Amino acid sequence: GREVSESCVDSLLTEMVSTYCNRFYANKPELAARRIEAIGYQVGHQLSERYTMERPRFSDHLEAIKFICKDFWSELFKKQIDNLKTNHRGTFVLQDNGFRWLSRISLDPSLENAESQDPSASTESKAAQATSMHLYFPCGIIRGALSNLGIPCAVSADISNLPACSFVVRIKA
Amino acid sequence: MAPVGPRSGDAIFANMERVNAELFTLTYGATVRQLLTDLEEVDEVNKQLDQMGYNIGIRLVDEFLAKSNVSRCVDFKETAEVIAKVGFKMFLGVTASVTNWDADGTCCSIVLEDNPLVDFVELPDTCQGLYYCNILSGVIRGALEMVSNTSSFAQPSIPSFLWDVSLKTEVTWIRDVLRGDDAYELQVKLVKQVPEEYPYKDDE
Repeated sequence: GREVSESCVDSLLTEMVSTYCNRFYANKPELAARRIEAIGYQVGHQLSERYTMERPRFSDHLEAIKFICKDFWSELFKKQIDNLKTNHRGTFVLQDNGFRWLSRISLDPSLENAESQDPSASTESKAAQATSMHLYFPCGIIRGALSNLGIPCAVSADISNLPACSFVVRIKA
Repeated sequence: MAPVGPRSGDAIFANMERVNAELFTLTYGATVRQLLTDLEEVDEVNKQLDQMGYNIGIRLVDEFLAKSNVSRCVDFKETAEVIAKVGFKMFLGVTASVTNWDADGTCCSIVLEDNPLVDFVELPDTCQGLYYCNILSGVIRGALEMVSNTSSFAQPSIPSFLWDVSLKTEVTWIRDVLRGDDAYELQVKLVKQVPEEYPYKDDE
């Protein structure tokens, strides 16, 4: 299939996040987050539609999640999710040991400043907030992809183990 | 001695880290759609897309210079050719052509036949007035304007200066396939050349 340079995607994502966080909703990070997640959702929904066109329906949630971990992730990042865990009650943890977008997306310094007006907030926590803004996009992608497969869910990201990144999928009963 | 020419766009693109273009195309499309929802006014969306492109353009210059081996361009004409043949190819994987030069060499068209931004895109009637690919005009404008500023920061990875001037341009759409034309044509008009002020003496 057609390819573009990775810097096109990186630049577009950096700029999209910065547009919502700094220009549109500089003082309302929760609104910026919702918009960024919504953009990811659309992308995930469409990609999942395209990648499953010629495939039989998944028999259960686990099969669908495995598809996200293997085929879907490989299309986007040329690697699979490294580790999948589940509590067998609708929660799945997808861990990528070196999530590409965390290592490649350059964090805009102005973004880090725009996050918090609280002077006591440490530099690390500001940086963490800026990083979390970038993670709403892949969270939205996963939620959109699963929603297209008929699985409504909530997705959050955990980066307490950098550079590993875990996506926590909670399927709605 | 003949100057060392830039590497061909194909060779550079072959060595770039590349990704599935669908992700790029759909992400751009979803962003445009979200902007239309949030901003409501089509003109405002055009403006924001151009601004996003400008910001991207000023940042892509670094990578362009570092990877292309382009050194100096003697004039605006050569600059436009390098953007079309090397710049478009190395980032988007497509080649653009340069045509329609005016007599004094300050205005030309960059024409794209193949444009990965618009794969799978159809504009609904409600989007009349939208310049869907407006991010591209911003990227060109930003890149041309930024070159001198970038070269002012002595960066060891960038061996020589691309231009001695910052080029202020106006970039406008002439043709757009999404509006029924047969190609994408951007007119690039040089409005001002701002001489570079070197922070140190250039002893070349």
